[in-house]
Amino acid sequence: MTAAANLATRLEGILGAHRLITAEAELREYAIDGVVPCAIVRPASAQEVAEVVRFAITEKHTIIASGSRSKLELGMPPTRYDLALDMTALHDIAHFDPGDLTLSVDAGMPLCQLATVLGEKGQFLPLAVPCYETSTVAGALASGIDSTLRRIYGTARDFLIGAEFVDGKGALCKSGGRVVKNVTGYDLHKLLIGSLGTLAVITRLNFRTFTLPQAHGGHLACFSNLEGVSAYRDAIEKSGLPLANLETLSPEMVALTAAVLRETQEEFTTDLDAGKWWVYASYEGSEAVVPRIARDLQKLAHEAAAAPNAILDAASDAHLGGVLREAFDWLRWASPSAALFRIVSPQCQPANLADLLGVAHESSLRGALLVRAAAITYFVLLAENEDESALRAMENAAMRVFSLAAAGQGHAALLHAPNKLKSRVNVWGPKRADLGMMQRVKHSFDPQYIFAPGRFVGGI
Amino acid sequence: MPASLLRELNSLLGTSNVLHNIEDLVLYEYDGSVEKARPDLVVFPHTTEDVSRIVKLAAKCDVPIVGRGSGTGLSGGALARGGGIMIVFARMNRILEIDLENARAVVQPGVVNLDITRAVEHAGLYFAPDPSSQKSCTIGGNVAENAGGPHTLAYGVTVNHVTALELVLPDGEIVRLGSKHGDAPGYDLCGLFVGSEGTLALVTEITVKLSRKAEAVKTLLAIFDAVDDASRTVAEITARGITPAACEMVDGWTLCAIEDYIQAGFPRDSAAILLIEVEGLREAVEAQATAVEDVCRTHHAREVRIAKDDRERDLLWKGRKNAFGALGRLAPSNYVLDGVIPRSKLPQALQQISQIGKKYGFSIGNIFHAGDGNLHPIVLYDPRDPQQFENAIAASREIIRYCVELGGALTGEHGVGMEKNELMPLLFSDADFDLMRRVHDAFNPDSSLNPGKIFPLSKGCGEIRVRKQAGALPAQV
Repeated sequence: MTAAANLATRLEGILGAHRLITAEAELREYAIDGVVPCAIVRPASAQEVAEVVRFAITEKHTIIASGSRSKLELGMPPTRYDLALDMTALHDIAHFDPGDLTLSVDAGMPLCQLATVLGEKGQFLPLAVPCYETSTVAGALASGIDSTLRRIYGTARDFLIGAEFVDGKGALCKSGGRVVKNVTGYDLHKLLIGSLGTLAVITRLNFRTFTLPQAHGGHLACFSNLEGVSAYRDAIEKSGLPLANLETLSPEMVALTAAVLRETQEEFTTDLDAGKWWVYASYEGSEAVVPRIARDLQKLAHEAAAAPNAILDAASDAHLGGVLREAFDWLRWASPSAALFRIVSPQCQPANLADLLGVAHESSLRGALLVRAAAITYFVLLAENEDESALRAMENAAMRVFSLAAAGQGHAALLHAPNKLKSRVNVWGPKRADLGMMQRVKHSFDPQYIFAPGRFVGGI
Repeated sequence: MPASLLRELNSLLGTSNVLHNIEDLVLYEYDGSVEKARPDLVVFPHTTEDVSRIVKLAAKCDVPIVGRGSGTGLSGGALARGGGIMIVFARMNRILEIDLENARAVVQPGVVNLDITRAVEHAGLYFAPDPSSQKSCTIGGNVAENAGGPHTLAYGVTVNHVTALELVLPDGEIVRLGSKHGDAPGYDLCGLFVGSEGTLALVTEITVKLSRKAEAVKTLLAIFDAVDDASRTVAEITARGITPAACEMVDGWTLCAIEDYIQAGFPRDSAAILLIEVEGLREAVEAQATAVEDVCRTHHAREVRIAKDDRERDLLWKGRKNAFGALGRLAPSNYVLDGVIPRSKLPQALQQISQIGKKYGFSIGNIFHAGDGNLHPIVLYDPRDPQQFENAIAASREIIRYCVELGGALTGEHGVGMEKNELMPLLFSDADFDLMRRVHDAFNPDSSLNPGKIFPLSKGCGEIRVRKQAGALPAQV
């Protein structure tokens, strides 16, 4: 009997054959950066998750938990990947108290299904993340991927109020609770956000929910140069307008976005002027507030000499907002070879953005910028092929991006890169000063290092 | 305590930055809680390097350390339960950097909470967490306890406004976490350390987010003849999805005490008031104020006043924030509890608190953050009467147990400290404690920092360095 067959037999003994998959074709669907697991396990309860983890500890196997597998490429390739833990069978809502605006939901619940349930009570969870139609709630949280609503609702750390999870000793643990304000014990659940499954297997998450706004609006301002963009964004920040989202697109990013818009909808009512910078703002609130924000944005855009300066109709706004939410997804495939950076830096400074575009130019690569709210910039480098010269150009460009981010007291990481580039560049950037602190956390959660080894910052 | 340690600390910091006489030390055996524990030495560092050297000296002599801001905490978090050295951050009180463009401030831990707002309000910015003690509590203490305040209902608690920290670990190593602009890749270490009650490291520098002041604000005072009506109003405001910036409740008994002390304009003949603030764009504020008023009247508010100017608004908030001081005039001591419940359970929780008070012979006041279910029952008692003290403790434990039964938590903003560590098993299992202990030991393996806090000693989670203190709470759940 081969080692894989032996493993399968023993897992069958724990969960039954119906929760185990070993077919080669299906195993390949769970591959991460080309690393294929030996078996897929689909537990249906937190207790079953704990049993699998305890089995893995005893047998010295590694585990990577996943939901819809839409963002498995985040991070570095795993150094070892024995068991894929498919969490989609844990998909119930354990508790929803609309009167208290609190929710407790299983890890594998798809976000869009959750939205339907919450929407029936006029509520929602502000996790507007890419691959929205398929993403699970725990997958979205563990990936740490940005929500386009973060400007107004914050990140998951602002509305995650508790969690249940299986730690690296196979114990079912919890942190936080189901109340909106709570400082009882260490906030261990916050560590799970963006941890790529390296600390524990999330089985349930507790959230504060929010009331659906009465109305939405969207506005598009176009500028012929970066200085106009900067003046407009500065004016918006000083105005204190409570925008849900504010995104700036470089001309190349406009061209990419326009292509996606055209693919998915025949008409987009605003002129797709690809030679300009776009600033897209979305906003929401009461029927009285939305027109006020629209008026103010038009005035500020006019003062910054925007043209066009347009309030979007509802359909165009929803469409553009949806396309931008999915930017992570389509930017990865915008050319035969793409490197997508996420840069945390000071607000939209023209010099910083020009420096980034300069990196693309010097590397003879196409570069495009999407400046998101809250100091996040997505920067994509596109090559027409995956040959050695393109890889070398991307590698050099990556080093420049990491160093530019550090010079601005920021950080950069690669959200997507070709596998060959990942073998040359650590997607997390240079070694961090707080790596030792992170290693202490990892060791305390997962002393046997069985969860997703090698994927995270500093090789964690 | 080795005599050489005092000599070395005097040499390191100068004698004006070291206290060792008993008459000085007794001033540091209290905080805002009902607990007492005296340090053996008190030191006042001026720099991060001072803190690191103090910690190294303490480690060499195997002496425990506790950090302290201004000692306003309400759970015994800043008391030296294990004796040893108390590091008071009062002289590390400089604002190091203000970056208006990126809305950030970098401050030392001894900066008083309100001083951050004072330093940036000229630019229309402020620091959102606003504990009642914000005129005296320090940002370092806020970080340790993850402090809240009335306006955290809309804007979040301290952790939501911290992007980076500088820390000194128990071996004296200086480390930096997070990043100025927030959201750096990696584990959310700031999220772990904020609220860890000084049990993992000493915080020596904090980078905070600054918020922009709202365009418009309205403060409503809703007056009720029945507590039940006021609490049902809060539950319905929440259920309707109205999110005020603040929603505070004060009962009639407490209102009279406040009026005797402050004359804030509260009614003396009501059962309860709600102090509700809405802010944002003018149009939003108008709509929210109308909606709030509608809910109040639906639940039989006898009057809903709107503060007509900043002076009247400030006076109402002055009354609210000085309530604990007002009650302090009525009895030798008071015990401010801190529990959390689901907001939909507010009416039954207040009824139960009243019954528990009657059972133990106390009139229990209620002044609290109703909008986020964060209760602050206040028990007035005389600590010189041992039976009263025991009853106050028993009543408080019963109230907190009831909060947990309703699906709530032990503490919303005061922390566990040495007040509630024995109640922790009401919420957490052995597996939960095992993981929390491993995280604790990853940073503070010898329990040299703030021993005897958070973890229940009765569960074998305590440390041998905790010594028995006179007046300590009994260790029964």
